[in-house]
Order: sequence, then structure tokens, then C-alpha cells
Amino acid sequence: MGADAVSVDGWKGRDVISILDFTRQDLESLFDQADQFVGPPRPRKDLADRIVATAFFEPSTRTRLSFTTAALRLGAKVIDLSPDVSSVLKGESLADTTRMLEGYSDLIVMRHPSEGAALLAAELSSVPVINGGDGSQHHPTQAMLDLFTVRRLKGRISGLTYAVLGDNRYARSATSFLYGLTKFKPKMVYVVSPETLRPRDEITKKLRGLGMRFEVRSDIEQVIGRADVLYLTRIQKERFPDPNEYEKVKGSYKLTKDVLSRGKGSLIVLHPLPRSTELPYDIDSTRAAAYVEQAHLGVPLRMALLLKTVGGRQ
Amino acid sequence: MGIVVTRKAPPPESDNQTQMLVRKIPDGSVIDHVAAGKALSVLRLLGNPQEKGLVIALVMNVSSSKMGRKDIVKVEGMEISPEQIQRLALIAPRASVNIVRAYKVVAKKNAVPPRTLHGILSCTAPTCVSVREKDSAPSIFFISGRSPLRYRCKYCGRELSEKEISQQLG
Repeated sequence: MGADAVSVDGWKGRDVISILDFTRQDLESLFDQADQFVGPPRPRKDLADRIVATAFFEPSTRTRLSFTTAALRLGAKVIDLSPDVSSVLKGESLADTTRMLEGYSDLIVMRHPSEGAALLAAELSSVPVINGGDGSQHHPTQAMLDLFTVRRLKGRISGLTYAVLGDNRYARSATSFLYGLTKFKPKMVYVVSPETLRPRDEITKKLRGLGMRFEVRSDIEQVIGRADVLYLTRIQKERFPDPNEYEKVKGSYKLTKDVLSRGKGSLIVLHPLPRSTELPYDIDSTRAAAYVEQAHLGVPLRMALLLKTVGGRQ
Repeated sequence: MGIVVTRKAPPPESDNQTQMLVRKIPDGSVIDHVAAGKALSVLRLLGNPQEKGLVIALVMNVSSSKMGRKDIVKVEGMEISPEQIQRLALIAPRASVNIVRAYKVVAKKNAVPPRTLHGILSCTAPTCVSVREKDSAPSIFFISGRSPLRYRCKYCGRELSEKEISQQLG
């Protein structure tokens, strides 16, 4: 799978490994489809003859459950690999596990702590693989959902100013969101984090190579007044190679009501969740808080993704 | 080991002067334009031919109009294979190889780094799938830069620098 995006006609049977593999047209058509699934659910049978396998080698609440809900809403059946009660516990390789899942299902949704795991699985599998997060690298469906949320709440994705605040080094959601923005034309993107949580070199190099206008900043207060969308992530404690490094940056940034009050009245705050101390609960009652709605939109977005990827009766 | 010639802090010299440091070889391979200090790594990459009794000449840290300083390796009685030249390119990406027979250069080859490497380099990211699942996911690297040489892991995107590549192969 290369980094180059392919045409809009190529959804069916396609692996979803990185958002960089998709064109803006691909994404817009996905969002158009997802729009149709927003609102009270109606019984559907589009995927009645299909089986979706979920294989989550890392904890998940929203990604796993929204994929499961999306599959069930489309009439598909879902089987689940639980690594803690399967042969994974006996040391079975990812390769062998993938070969089993492809024989039992029509599509595999996988989350794994190793970067490149979904790509490896996709190379081995004859059925499509959707990456539900691989290490600190990609989380393409989260980024699709985030962009879909922006489009629904702001009416557009291009032309807006974004502030991406948090762990931009290890948070795959932040990286994938930034990569996703390269498919559109944001007015400006501020990548804000403490120095040790700035994006890895390969990320900034990629963003530059793709021509995105962005600035790396340390202080959210300098840019909050310009932002239309604030994308916040927690510090990814589990991805720090050295726990001492985590201790040094723990609690180093937080969105407060005071900071938020200096933002535009139309500012929206997104967060892929779960939260830690960076997003206090008193933000939930503000007009800007959009992260619960964002999480709920995961179902229609993933319904559209399953339908486009696995096909079915339209 | 045959002749080893080194000069400390040499003044600028002409190519002719450099050539005079070591005699011509009757048969074998001359590897020129090796980055200064990499000559011994080149020998290791060639399987230490001196241990098989072959005569080796190393010229280290001489002036080069292209590179500033460079090393030269001469191996008598051994013609470097195309596969060895490919691997050579990984630690000496600007190297040129002359194949010599009866004191005449019969072939000139430039070391060209391969676009893709299978199973030769190891990813340095501890959480990369090619490290954690190395039995079922052999490493694959794509070239991402030629000067300086860089390779990018197919699975995690981690880039290896010229120094890291050299350390792994040297």
C-alpha cells in the first residue's frame, strides 16, 4: 500500500490503512453516504449476508463498539477475537491470526499496538482490513470521523483555522487528523504541544511535503483566538518508551474555561477520547464542547465505511 | 593483510599523487570514492577477504575533489559480484568499482543503492511490526534519500540514517 491516494471508484474491497491513501473525493463521498445514516436508526439489511470480524489487541471503547454497532445496524453479524482468551495468548503470530480471520469473515477491523500491523494483515488477507489504530502511527477511521464531524458542525473543512493541541508525538489520532487535513485546504493549522510532545520528524516532513500550511507552537493561548476548531488529545502514557519521560510531561497542558473564553464564539472542541486531565469535565457544559457528538457520529461514519468497503445490497 | 598505507593530515594532493601511494594491481577490484573512514567497513562487507589470503591495499583519508576526503580499497584476485556492489552501495553510496584484469580496467561500475531492501536492514523502532513479528514479517525498506542515504521502513515509516545503515552492516 503506497502513500499515494487512488481514485474515487476504488472503495469496494479496499483496505483502510492510512487516511493518506484516500483522495478528497473519496472522503467527500464517504461523508455524503454517512450523512444519510445520521438520525434515528432504521432497520437495514444491506449487509445481512456479511460477517465482520473485530480483532482488538489493545483496549478500545468507541472504535470497537461503534464498528460493532455500525455492522449490526446494517444487518451484518459480528465475530470478535478476544486476544486474552484466544490463541494469541499462546503466542500465535499476527500472520496466523489474520489467516484465520480472513477465512471466517468478510472484513477485518483490527487494532494492534505495533506500527504496521494492519498493513501486514492487509497484505496477508484476501478480505479487506480496516485499521482501527496501529501503535502510534495511523488511526484512519478516527480521522475520517473527525473530519466528518467538522463538516457537519462547521459546514466545511477547508478554509478553517485548526489548533491541534496535545500529544502530537505519539497520539495516532492527532497524526491521522493532520494527515486528513492535507486532503483539504485549511486556512492554517497550529500544531501545539510541549516541546517533547511535538510531532516526530517524519510527520512534519510529510506535512511539508504535502504542502500543508502549519506552524508548530508551544502555547495554546497564543493561537486560541484564531482557531475555528480545537482538536485536543491526551498524553499517550502507554506509548512512552521511558515512564520517566511521561512523568516529566504529565499534566503539562490543559484546556480551561478561561482559555476557552478567549476563543471565538463559534469555536468547537473535538477530542477522540478517552480524556485525561487535559479536558476537565467543566468544559462539557460549554457551547464549544463537541466531542460527545463527535463520538456518536462514529456510528454513521463507520456504517458508510462498511457499506462502501464490503458492498452489499444498496 | 597486504599493504596498508595511511597519511596523517595529508596536504591536498593530486589524483596522480594518490595513485602513487599504492601500486597497480594485476587482477581484482578497486573500490574508489568510499567515504573517509569506511574502508574497514567495506572490507567487512566483502567478507574480510584478507582472511582468505588475498592481498588488500587500503588508502585512507586522501583528498578528493568530489568528496573532500575519501578511502580507496584494492582487493587483488577478487572480482566483486553485482550483489556485493549493491550491498556496498549501502555503506558507500558514492563508491565506484573498477574490475581489473591484467592491469587493465575491464569494467567500471557505480554502487547504486537498491530502491527496495528485503531482510537486509532491521527497523530501529521497537514497536514496529517487523520487529515484534519478525518471523512472519521480514523487514522491507524503501529508499527515501540518496545523499545522504536514507531508507524508510515499509511498516512504520521510521527512517534509517546513513550512519545507522552503516552501523548495521559494518
